[in-house]
Amino acid sequence: MAGKTLYDKLWDNHLVEQRDDGTAIIYIDRHLIHEVTSPQAFEGLRLAGRQPWRLDANLAVPDHNVPTESEERKGGVAGIVDPISRLQVQTLDDNCDAFNIVEIPINDIRQGIVHVVGPEQGATLPGMTVVCGDSHTSTHGALGALAHGIGTSEVEHVLATQCLIQKKMKNLLIRIDGTLQDGVSAKDVALAVIGTIGTAGGTGYAIEFGGDVIRAMSMEGRMTMCNMSIEAGARMGMVAVDDTTLEYVKGRPYAPTAQQWEQAVATWRELHTDDDAEFDRVVTLRAEDIKPQVTWGTSPEMVLPVDGVIPDPEKIEDAGRAQATRRALEYMGLKPGMAITDIRPDRVFIGSCTNSRIEDLREAAAQIRGRKVAQGIKQVLVVPGSGQVKAQAEAEGLDRVFIEAGMEWREPGCSMCLAMNADKLGPGEHCASTSNRNFEGRQGFGGRTHLVSPAMAAAAAIAGHFTDIRQCAEGQS
Amino acid sequence: MKAFTQLKGLVAPMDRANVDTDLIIPKQFLKSIKRSGFGPNLFDELRYLDEGQPGEDCSKRPLNPDFPLNFDRYQGASVLLARENFGCGSSREHAPWALEDYGFRCIIAPSYADIFFNNCFKNGVLPVVLDAQVVDELFTDMYAQEGYSLEINLQAQTITTPTGKVIGFEVDAFRKNCLLNGLDDIGITLQSADSIRSYQQKLRESSPWLFDVVQ
Repeated sequence: MAGKTLYDKLWDNHLVEQRDDGTAIIYIDRHLIHEVTSPQAFEGLRLAGRQPWRLDANLAVPDHNVPTESEERKGGVAGIVDPISRLQVQTLDDNCDAFNIVEIPINDIRQGIVHVVGPEQGATLPGMTVVCGDSHTSTHGALGALAHGIGTSEVEHVLATQCLIQKKMKNLLIRIDGTLQDGVSAKDVALAVIGTIGTAGGTGYAIEFGGDVIRAMSMEGRMTMCNMSIEAGARMGMVAVDDTTLEYVKGRPYAPTAQQWEQAVATWRELHTDDDAEFDRVVTLRAEDIKPQVTWGTSPEMVLPVDGVIPDPEKIEDAGRAQATRRALEYMGLKPGMAITDIRPDRVFIGSCTNSRIEDLREAAAQIRGRKVAQGIKQVLVVPGSGQVKAQAEAEGLDRVFIEAGMEWREPGCSMCLAMNADKLGPGEHCASTSNRNFEGRQGFGGRTHLVSPAMAAAAAIAGHFTDIRQCAEGQS
Repeated sequence: MKAFTQLKGLVAPMDRANVDTDLIIPKQFLKSIKRSGFGPNLFDELRYLDEGQPGEDCSKRPLNPDFPLNFDRYQGASVLLARENFGCGSSREHAPWALEDYGFRCIIAPSYADIFFNNCFKNGVLPVVLDAQVVDELFTDMYAQEGYSLEINLQAQTITTPTGKVIGFEVDAFRKNCLLNGLDDIGITLQSADSIRSYQQKLRESSPWLFDVVQ
């Protein structure tokens, strides 16, 4: 019999009941909750007279709506200016109180983006099934967990039953071997993968990321990779457990200690794909081929290396793709043949569940140190992923680097990744953004998003246009 | 949940690939703590010429005259004909809520994003998958004939065109049953409560670090 993939193992470990119709009841170890996709689920519980199945499996934190300006933030929930946002955050507080669910509230130092907070607190651990009413829950797969986003009906289902009804996905291995060039980060690798397989390339699959590059990558980088799985169409992405994983988890507030730690580690060491396991599909990329990436269109698959030029729809044979390219260029206000490095962002956003961890901020700061934001850039927002990331960055003096360059150092939250709070683009504005989606209107009505790595976003803020940071690195040395 | 058995409905087009959930229902409307009322903001950025705000009276907003759902011929449509990878992006169930609230009970497309596809079934909306070529033909026929309607029969798993042509489609047995009977799947899962309890007991013994920590 062939061996098992990491996904097979995680699935089998959580199988409560396999049914004849091909569906299965899968047990959920950790349910993360935020304010946007939970109110209707709690209301559903109330209407049906149900209680949460297991309180200690849940952890809530507000992130999408929270203001990131320190003045507005000082007033806590009551201080949120937008009354509709305030009500949504207040509703999360009320529901957590009413159902006795642990919540990290708005101005707790541990508060932040749910996908940054979970791993940081040790609330997500290797081997867990992790769900949340947010598609970027795939992030947690970096720890060797089976983690994916769910809709609000399933949020209610997990609250009420601690389980989900699932069908098993197919196995897709994305393998990146070799050594990345200097200046190329996890975000570039993720975008290059999406550029290769497309935004629907992973639909129906669970992705495992493997190869030399992933093994050498930090946990922050792995989280960035798994985070972007959903932009490749896969609900879940994951990475095998190794020493890097264990070192990251050890000592986290909710992680096991002493004898339980030893016991857990023994179990977690099994969380890798067996040598003789077979994948339904394998995609390989060579690390040396990956350059810094910049999206030019309105889907993450519309991406090019930084030395590329905007495509010409007249030269695309497939009618559907030509039409999509034409529409994207019109929305983005870009012309075929234009160099990526000639695009001039109006604003820069460094943050989001994709790229707001300490390593991301360090990489951004390294591009900025001692320099100033270019004229013509209206605003640069640097939004740490959690209060703890913020504190760590401040201890390292990164906040000073950003502020002295003329950037805004904000309070943690989702911010301009999806612009549910006050942080947004104006119509027609271009943004160099470290977030995950360049959809029409995503960062504000009529806004034009270019997805990039933290270092590329920072370099664009300094240069006033996209630049090939590999050349900057050479220039400095 | 509303049951879905049969539907004869006017067909409207959403003729582009990779329609994302931000396009289906923009983020500002996700601030609602209710489950209903999203219909007027379905495809908000395509449907109106201005930027929509939550709670606004949409009847006074300027309509985009080039957007098909604003055409007279598509008023009252309940079947949405769409392209590849429909519903990609976020997990927001507000997307099927908005489609359903607008009046769409069935979507026909060559492929869907996984989370969106799953969310539809929880809300009495049937997402039908057909070959890209068949969808293409339906687009052609629909554009050619005003008032183009399709008859969808979930029990028989068929779509009947105005000329009487019958197209079969696949649907997974569990979801079909839930949709046909309007079943609440929490109730179904709770029928297995004993299995869940016994799984949980074993898990507590084998992996005690998963319990009693977050409290």
